[in-house]
Parts: sequence; C-alpha cells; structure tokens
Amino acid sequence: MEWANQLCENRQFGSKMTDSKYFTTTKKGEIFELKAELNSDKKEKKKEAVKKVIASMTVGKDVSALFPDVVNCMQTDNLELKKLVYLYLMNYAKSQPDMAIMAVNTFVKDCEDPNPLIRALAVRTMGCIRVDKITEYLCEPLRKCLKDEDPYVRKTAAVCVAKLHDINAQLVEDQGFLDTLKDLISDSNPMVVANAVAALSEIAESHPNSNLLDLNPQSINKLLTALNECTEWGQIFILDCLANYAPRDDRESQSICERVTPRLSHANSAVVLSAVKVLMKFMEMLPKDLDYYGTLLKKLAPPLVTLLSAEPELQYVALRNINLIVQKRPEILKHEMKVFFVKYNDPIYVKLEKLDIMIRLASQANIAQVLAELKEYATEVDVDFVRKAVRAIGRCAIKVEQSAERCVSTLLDLIQTKVNYVVQEAIVVIKDIFRKYPNKYESVIATLCENLDSLDEPEARAAMIWIVGEYAERIDNADELLESFLEGFHDESTQVQLQLLTAIVKLFLKKPTETQELVQQVLSLATQDSDNPDLRDRGYIYWRLLSTDPVAAKEVVLAEKPLISEETDLIEPTLLEELICHIGTLASVYHKPPSAFVEGSRGVMHKRLPARTGSGESTESPDVGTIAGGSGTETAPSIIPSQGDLLGDLLNLDLAPPTTTGPPPPTSGMQMGGMDLLGGGLDSLLGGDIGGSAAMGAGFGAVPAVMPASLNAPMGGGLGDLFDLGGGVGMPLGAYIPPKTVWLPAMKAKGLEISGTFARRAGVIQMELTLTNKAMSVMTDFAIQFNRNSFGLAPAGPLQVLSPLSPNQTIEVSLPLSTVGPVMKMEPLNNLQVAVKNNIDVFYFSCQYPISMLFVEDGKMERQVFLATWKDIPNENESQFQIKDCHLNSDAASNKLQASNIFTIAKRTVEGQDMLYMSIKLSNGIWVLAELRVQTGNPNYTISVKCRAPEVSQCVFQCCEAVLKN
Amino acid sequence: MIGGLFIYNHKGEVLISRVYRDDIGRNAVDAFRVNVIHARQQVRSPVTNIARTSFFHVKRSNIWLAAVTKQNVNAAMVFEFLYKMCDVMTAYFGKISEENIKNNFVLIYELLDEILDFGYPQNSETGALKTFITQTGIKSQSKEEQSQITSQVTGQIGWRREGIKYRRNELFLDVLESVNLLMSPQGQVLSAHVSGRVVMKSYLSGMPECKFGMNDKIVIDKQGKGGATDEAGKSDLGGSGGGGGKQSIAIDDCTFHQCVRLSKFDAERSISFIPPDGECELMRYRTTKDIILPFRVIPLVREVGRTKLEVKVVIKSNFKPSLLAQKIEVRIPTPLNTSGVQVICMKGKAKYKASENAIVWKIKRMAGMKESQISAEIELLPTNDKKKWARPPISMNFEVPFAPSGLKVRYLKVFEPKLNYSDHDVIKWVRYIGRSGIYETRC
Repeated sequence: MEWANQLCENRQFGSKMTDSKYFTTTKKGEIFELKAELNSDKKEKKKEAVKKVIASMTVGKDVSALFPDVVNCMQTDNLELKKLVYLYLMNYAKSQPDMAIMAVNTFVKDCEDPNPLIRALAVRTMGCIRVDKITEYLCEPLRKCLKDEDPYVRKTAAVCVAKLHDINAQLVEDQGFLDTLKDLISDSNPMVVANAVAALSEIAESHPNSNLLDLNPQSINKLLTALNECTEWGQIFILDCLANYAPRDDRESQSICERVTPRLSHANSAVVLSAVKVLMKFMEMLPKDLDYYGTLLKKLAPPLVTLLSAEPELQYVALRNINLIVQKRPEILKHEMKVFFVKYNDPIYVKLEKLDIMIRLASQANIAQVLAELKEYATEVDVDFVRKAVRAIGRCAIKVEQSAERCVSTLLDLIQTKVNYVVQEAIVVIKDIFRKYPNKYESVIATLCENLDSLDEPEARAAMIWIVGEYAERIDNADELLESFLEGFHDESTQVQLQLLTAIVKLFLKKPTETQELVQQVLSLATQDSDNPDLRDRGYIYWRLLSTDPVAAKEVVLAEKPLISEETDLIEPTLLEELICHIGTLASVYHKPPSAFVEGSRGVMHKRLPARTGSGESTESPDVGTIAGGSGTETAPSIIPSQGDLLGDLLNLDLAPPTTTGPPPPTSGMQMGGMDLLGGGLDSLLGGDIGGSAAMGAGFGAVPAVMPASLNAPMGGGLGDLFDLGGGVGMPLGAYIPPKTVWLPAMKAKGLEISGTFARRAGVIQMELTLTNKAMSVMTDFAIQFNRNSFGLAPAGPLQVLSPLSPNQTIEVSLPLSTVGPVMKMEPLNNLQVAVKNNIDVFYFSCQYPISMLFVEDGKMERQVFLATWKDIPNENESQFQIKDCHLNSDAASNKLQASNIFTIAKRTVEGQDMLYMSIKLSNGIWVLAELRVQTGNPNYTISVKCRAPEVSQCVFQCCEAVLKN
Repeated sequence: MIGGLFIYNHKGEVLISRVYRDDIGRNAVDAFRVNVIHARQQVRSPVTNIARTSFFHVKRSNIWLAAVTKQNVNAAMVFEFLYKMCDVMTAYFGKISEENIKNNFVLIYELLDEILDFGYPQNSETGALKTFITQTGIKSQSKEEQSQITSQVTGQIGWRREGIKYRRNELFLDVLESVNLLMSPQGQVLSAHVSGRVVMKSYLSGMPECKFGMNDKIVIDKQGKGGATDEAGKSDLGGSGGGGGKQSIAIDDCTFHQCVRLSKFDAERSISFIPPDGECELMRYRTTKDIILPFRVIPLVREVGRTKLEVKVVIKSNFKPSLLAQKIEVRIPTPLNTSGVQVICMKGKAKYKASENAIVWKIKRMAGMKESQISAEIELLPTNDKKKWARPPISMNFEVPFAPSGLKVRYLKVFEPKLNYSDHDVIKWVRYIGRSGIYETRC
C-alpha cells in the first residue's frame, strides 16, 4: 500500500492527528521491531505498537507472528488498548487456535468485571472467536451475562447467542440458551427485546420447522409495545419479525396494522419500508369492503412518495420495492404518476427504475403527460436510459390503445433524429406495435425501410426482417431487401438467421413467382451450410412443407398470429407474492427469491401472503413458510418432465424474444405429433422418399379439426392407455345438449317464431331449429346466414325447409354447421348473430351457443404433452371457478364430461381430494387444459382452466358447469 | 445481516476493514475494488452482486463505504446504517476524507465494534456514543457513571445523556423549505410541491420534554370544532410573513426524528419529544396544496427568421413588499447553434455563458410585489439540422425569508419538571427560509 508517508511525529498519545503514521510503508525488520515494542514496559509504547499492528492488519499484511506478544498486552486496565487487542484476536484466533487459548482466562475474568462495559466487551468479543476450545469456555460466562443486571450486557449477550449458534448450533440447544433467549423477549428493556428478536429470527431461519419464534397474541403484544420504545434499528428487527406472524383472523390483523401504521412517519426509511411490508402482508387478510381497508390503502401512498426524497441509494431500494407494490396493488399509487418523473440530476439507476414505474402506472388518464415526458427522456445523453425511454413509448402504445397513434408518431419523430441506437430501439418496438394492432400503422413501413442500413444490432435487424417478411406483399422491393441481408448470412446472429429464413419463406408464399431462387438459396444456407441445429431443423421443416404441400405450408407459416399481451414483463404472481413478503430486503431489490442468491439453507424458505379469512375463522399458521399440500399449480411442475420443448421452439417462428407469448393456436395442436414428424421428415430427406411422408406432411399443415386419426392413434396408444382412467367406461352417455330456447319471438319477426339449440352429433355441429308460423299467411323461401363470429361457424348447407309453412304450423329443422367461415371476435365469445330470411322479410337475432359444440373428438392430449403444455402456459392465463352444488363423484363427473369431448387425462388423489386433469380441443385448434378438484362430501367443485387464449376460459367453465349439472 | 464493512480511498486501497461474519473472506475486499471501484463502466447500481456476495456502497467525496453480505438482509436498513455511519464519523472528526480516516482509524474500529454487533446495528446516536467512546481514551469512571452510560445507551432515550447543564437555556428552530415548480408558458401550474425540514438546535438543561405545534390543518380544524382554545394559541411564535392570511396548511406527509413519539402523533397528531442535545432534524414534510409561489416567470420567445431569436422574460415577485428575496438567478437556455447574444436587463447583471448554453441573469436582492424584465436577441448560425430546438425550460434560483408552504410554528413548549426553569425562561428563535428547488417555467 502506497499511502502517503506521513511524518512520524512522536507526539503524545491521545492527541489528535497522529494515527495515520501507523499506515506508513513497511520497513524491513518491522515485525522484529514491533515485537520489541510490544514487550516494552512502557504502557504508551505498547499501545503505539498495537496500533501499528492493527494498521498492518487492515491493509492485509500478515502480522499473525506477533500473536503471543499481542495477547500479552490483553491484561490491562486501559479499555482502548483492550479493544485493540480484542480486534487483533478476532482476526487471528482462528489461524492460531492453540495460542488463542491463552486469552480465555482474561475473557472469563473480564466477564466478571464490575464495569458493565467491560463485561459486555468480553462476551461480545468471545463470541467472535471461532475456535472450538474457546467456545466451550464461553458457555458459562454467557449464561451469566444473559441474566446480568445491566441491560447493556444482556443486549450484547442476546446477540452472542446467535454468534454461538453460528459456530455450534448443537451446543446452543444443549445448553438451553434458546429458552433463555425466548425469555428475553419479555425483558423490561426495549433494546434487549429487539436484539433477542433479531437473534431468534436469525436462528429460526436455519431451523425452518422449529417454531422457535413462538409468536402468539401475547408475545406479539409485547413486541408491539417494545416497538414504540426501542431504537430505530430495533424497530426494524421487530417489524421484520412481525411480518412473519400469521394473525388468526382479520380482527387481529387489523389491530396489528393499527399499531404499526404510526411507524410510517419515521425518518428512517428502513423502518418505513418494514412497516409497509407488515401492512401489505396483513392487509391481505382484511375484507375489502371494510372501511379500514380503504383507510389503510390511503395511508400507504404518502410515505412511499416521501421515500423518493431520501438519498439516491435509498431511493433506488424504495423504487425497486414500489415496482413490486404497484404490481400487487396498483390502486395505492395510481394518482402519483408525477412523482416518478425523472429529474435531471437523478443518478442513472434511479432514472431507470422510475421509468419502469411510470409505464406500470400509465393509463388513459395520464398517458399524454407520460408520453411528453418520455419524449424528453429520449433526447438525454445516457444510452441505456434513452433506449429504455424509447422502449417505454412502445410499451405505452401497447398498453393504452388510445395512445397508440401518438406513440407511433412520436417514434417516427425519433427515427428522424437518425441517432443510431434510437432508431434501432424504435424499430424493435414498432414491430411489437404491429403485432398488437395489425393492419393499422403499416403506412410507416417506408420510413422504416429507409433506415435499413443503419441497423447493426441483432434485435433490430431481426425486427426489421420480421416486418419486411410479414408485410412482403406491400413492400415492392421486399425481395431485394431480404436478399441484401442474405449476403452475410453466416455472420449474422442466430436470431437474425432464423428470422431471415422465416421471412423469406413468407415472401415466397406471398410472391411465389419471383422469389423461388431466393427461397432455395436460404433453405440451402440454413440446412446445408449451417452448424446450428435450430436453424437446420427449421430449414428442413420449411423445406418439407414447401415441397409436399404448399397450401398447408401457407396455412402454417402465414397463420394468424395471436395478439401480444399488454404486460409482458410482469412478475409471475407466486414470485410477486413471495417478494412482497420480502419488502425492504435484498430479494426485493434483485426481484429474485432469496434462494437465488443466498447460499445454504438460510433464508431460502418460501414466504407467502396469508389467505383472506372470515372473522373468527382460524387457518393453519403459514408463518414457517412451508405449506403442506400446495395448489395445483405448485405440484404440477414437479411431475412434469422437461421434454418436448424443441417443437415448441421450432414453431415459435415469428415471435420475437421480448414478447413471446407462446406458439400460435393453429399450430399448437401439432405438438403431439412433433417427434414423429421430425423423424419422418429427416428420414424422407435422407432417403428421398417423398411419397411415403406425404400423408404426414399433409397432416402437419391441415386444419387441426381434421387431424388424421392415424396421427393420433400411435401416440395415444402406448403411453396414453396407461393413464386412460375414466375413458371408455362412460361412452353410452350422450353429449350435453341444452334445451331449446326462443331466439326470435314472433312479435319481432312478423309472426315467425324461432327457437333452437345446438348439438354435436358424430363430430358434426348441428343447429336445431324449431320454426313456428304464428302469422296469418304462409311462409316460404327460407334462408339463413351467419355474421362473422369467433370460431368461424357457418352453415354447411342451405336451410332445408322444403314445404311452405302454413299458419300455426311448426317444423323442426336441423342445420349442419362448419367451422371454416370467416372469423371475427365476438362479445361474448360464443355469440352468434343470425339472419333468417323468408318471403316476408329478413329477421336478425343473436344467440349463444354452448362452446362444447366446438370440442372436437380428438381432444385427448397425450399425458406428457399435457404436462409440458400446462407448464408452458403462463400462470396469468389460469382462471379459477367454482361449480356449486354438484353431487357427482369424480368418476361420474369424468364420464359425463367425456361425453361432451372433455377428456380426463389423469387423476390424482391428494388428501381425499380428487384432481382430474382434463384436456379439450376446440375446432380451431386451441387447446384448453383444466384441472377439476372434487372433494368427497363437498358439493362444490373447483375448476382451474388454463389456455393460451384465456378469453375462452369463462365459456369453457360455463359449459363444464352446464354439462355437470345436466 | 451485514457481514463486513470496508472503507476505501478513491484508488481502491482499503482504509478500514471490519469483518463480522465468517462467510465473508478477505477476497471480498478485492472483489469490490476490482468490480466496482476499478470497473470501466460507471456504476449502474448502488447494490452489486459479485459471486453470490452482495455489496452496498455509498460514496462521500472520494471515499467509498461498502457493506458486504451473503444473506438476504434488509437493504434499506443497510443504506440507512451507512448514512448513519457517515454522520457518526462526521460528528467525531469532521469531514470524511482519507486523511481524517487514517488519523482516526483506531476510533473508527472502536465505533464499528460498538454500533454494529454481529452485523446488527446497535445504538448509533452520537450523543450517547460520545459518553463512552472518546478520542482521548476512557477516563476511569465511577460505578454510577458506568451504569448511567449503559442505561442511557440501551434506554428509551438513547439519543440524550443525563445531566446536561446550560446557564442559558436556548433553542433555535429553522424552517427550511425548497419549493419546486413546473409551469406552462401560459402560466398554468403543471406541478408544484414544497419539501421542507424543521431543524432544531437546542441548548437545554436536563431532560426537557418538548411539544411542538404548527398550523397543521388537521390540528386547527380539530380545535375549531371542539371550540376549546388551546393554550397554544397564546404563545404564538409566528411572524413568518409571506403568504398573508392563510390560517392552516394541509400537509401531505411528514416523517420525524426518532425522538418524536410516533404513536402519540398518530393518535392525537401532537408532536412531543425529548430532543437530542445540539442539532437535529426534527421533521421533514411535503405539501402540494396552496403553495405560495414566490416568483412568476413570464417568457416570450419569438423566432425571427431562421437565424434570430428574440427572448423577453419578465419576473414578478409575489410576496409582501416588506420582505426581500436574495440570490436570484434566472437561467434562460439558448439553442446549441447560438453565435451571439445581446442582453438588456433593467436590474441585476446578465451574461451569456456559451459553455452552459444559457443566459444567466443574476439579481442580488428584490423586494416583494415588484417586477423586472430582461430582453435578449440571440443570433443563430444557420444549420441544416431539421430538428427543431427543444426549448428547455427557464429555471430559477432564489432564497426568500418565509415558508412558501405557509407553515408557521405556533409554539414550542419546554417542560423540565426536575430543574427549576420554566418554558418562559427558554430563549427561542424561529427562522424561515424558502429556497428554490427545481423551479422551472416552460417557454
């Protein structure tokens, strides 16, 4: 260490400005000199020498050779010298265990000293010496100190128990220190209580099930009392401990909240954040209609805003936590957008975090302000910040539909600045905007194309290529543009290569005549000249598709893509819950559970928010964190083997990384055939036997509704049968057909009354109509037409009303339907608008069909695929419903459902609860997975529905309910 | 909890290293130096995770303080502790500099031993610490003294020692506010808030029980309803000035020094405490309603052709004519392609500062209800840059002798039952200072 050489003035000890001389550079023989000084008779000289030793120790020099000489200085009345020697001991005792024993006597003696400061110092230091032999001697003095008359000694001894536990846990238990520590929670001195709580909390962390912190209303009351009296740090220990308590009911929860809220006005931000943690957690138990609940919500906002005027480092911690709080309870800060506006001199880490929260809080009400701010930020100097600001503009567009147009024009303005990274970032987000609002903003493509040459980052290049491929038909020189990328194909990153491959295939399908050469070039580049298996496989698949069935290829490659969701970066709910329990801690700063960054067993148990309970109703105390018999989502992943992700990836063609939402629905049905297809494809490529795999190729591209049985059979055969629990038994049961209802009353249709229902018979959907003529004249020339609807339902033939309908006559007609008609999303989803014409007029009505009509017969998913898919679908897509008053056992239910093409794939029984895992496939290829929980003796079932298109969940539930209750 | 605490100089050389936990090795010292202090990129976060070890750091001038841990510690607490550590060091030896740290390293080790035990922060109030950690070694204390120290360090009033005596009991209250504004060119307030602090310096004997009162709307309304005239109204310390007849103010949020009894505030909204000896920040608060904006800026920017801008800015002071604002500075941004500026102002001095791309107009003093004006002609170099000049806002700095939030100290009462001095014997001083925070008007 080259510290400035200070003048080695030999001033009197104790005067100011002398200590730095100890940091002077080492001379040769220094150790020897020090040894002599340490053994000097003069007290002052001794002390000087010890100081020099400590200085050397600090800078990392090895002064362990002086151990005996330093320890000799220990027996002194001078407290300062004693402290220095202790400091030395703590550092070197471990490396010199035998000699450390020499110190024991002094420690033991010091623990009896009349001066409480010395007693405390001795017990504090002894705990820091991690030498077994010393530890043995520590027990007796520690026991005495835990019961010392002086609170200063007791509070030090309390922490010492935690130290000792860290060295030798068994010893602490055997010696009964834990009980003594528990007693200290009732100590009269608040600081002793706080330290005992801290020590117990730490020990409890390494014994998750020990119930050490036996928290009950009495001890909680003591803690709450101590909370008002102890130091700011003690308040933090107590609040953090309180957060682990599970109140018995909402009343207790409220009374704790009431006593914790005053802490929100503390000047120490850590006290405030820990109080917020307790409140956020206990609020979970309060009924939402309670007045107090609203009051509490209102009380939380001001202190959170105040945290933003703290020092920047604390602001950062606060913002990371606010990010969590805003996701969990957006209502708290929804009116506080302005405080998150970035200030010019905020440090960069504060700026970036504020930006994140701004987007989370963006809504239609404040979007104009937010956009104006974001535009300002995009002109700042810090590259990361500018990029994030640009990206934020795109996220606003996706989140708040009304702002999309303004966002796009803002982005175009930014592209005009020609600042390289701004342009690239803007293009990446514009691609997402296209995905969200197809066919709306394509007029800007020309501007984007102008900037093609300046793109040098893979993500931006990939985004641009996607845009060109997707809108190839509107870009005159799309082929030239893509060709220009092809030149350096092998220098591109995988992301760009994959995107380019797909884009050129799209282009080919759209403009086959001019681009044959190009597509051949890219396919050979991808399959023959590339070492990347992903790229090669995708290349082969396209090749096979194109060579066997171009029509099918078109349907696969140009399939309509699912819309991207608004919030792609939300924290997964179970993790969010856990992080809320860790507010204020590192976990909440990293947004990772403690297990992700803490080694060993400490602190890795998962915390959860308490469940909402009714008054007086008591729940299992989840304060230890380990919860028996978790929910379906928790247990499911553990039995899912990690398989079949390959195809998922392959089919994930057009979904750019940041906004991945899963494969598009028309292709998702293909997963079951995945392995085979690949095998077959490769075989045929090798053997050149195109004819042999033609059928398979067709199956791949065909509309899923007509998935060939041959494909299904081998897969469902072997493995599937094993789990084929309820299958086959209940076959005789008919599918559920709702009773007929009047769709068009005679009053509204000049005498024509139509009632009807829907049925699925032998795989054909039928609309069953009853037409009654309540008018005075004969009706003829019946015809029917459907408006575009969610699932493309359309009459498969004309309405067969052969004879004229005379007054008061009724006829029954059955109209077969197909699902290949034009598609338009309806509200509600299963709404169908129908026009019926006769010789008198055209009449319009709308009806709702049970979605079970659309459940196809081959909707039984293979078990493995089921598990993988369940895991693959994000948890946000899961919805849970209750089916009340249903008195079937699980097998009967399973049979009943099966008759309506709701297939039970597996059944598990956990603690008297039957869980049925079911799959459903809709006529448009969307898979719906469901978990039905049936408890014996409980007429209420719980059904969880998971689907890539969560909109259908509600309909599916209604349908299941109808089927089961029928 | 905190596993270790290191202090480095700007070169990354370690000045102080204290390890509390066995899981932190000596290599942690180097890891921080290499990955943070010597990192090529500017630090992007005050929390850094290196090989499953988390480092929290704060910087004071060119000294780095780093706390290390391998556990899921309370991050807010660690930073609060580091700030407190800085406060304690400053209270002991002044500015935190390499020199001072080296000169006091024994003292720092002694402090670290006392205020952090096994990584758990302990009493860190300088008032209490100074009773038994001194730079001159420990005097031999009598038994009573010793137990007095320990009971104070662990007691409910850890921030104040017993037996303080002053011949003259005196206290000073400073209400320091920073007023922030963003105004549209048309004079519409886009956002405005005041963040204020009440700093108390007290020289009082014994253990004085204090009660602080201000014109908090909630308290005033409550009293109004009750019809009871609190004794408080009589001993008005007021005399602020500024805003005129405002009776009470709505406080958005406030936080208090740990000496204030929070549960009492929560229940009755009364602020009672036993203050630490000397200076402390009693309270911080924020207000957003009915703020007195001391100055109004009226900008007028006119583009004359492509190479010339005409700027006229009027400032109006909006407070009692008897009061004087000081250190007034108006900063008018100019485009990047400015080639020359001509300025005429009625009052003060104005200068074009090319390096800052702004015209800076300074006025030493200005009374209330006055106005002053500056006009400037800005010559521009012709550019082919299509992008329009973004027109950054005009910002202002000033200092006024009143509280823009309208806060008034109503009373500060002192009771010391054991000693024979009463509230009337205490000499009290109140001062109000309002400063500009970010005070901007768009143009």
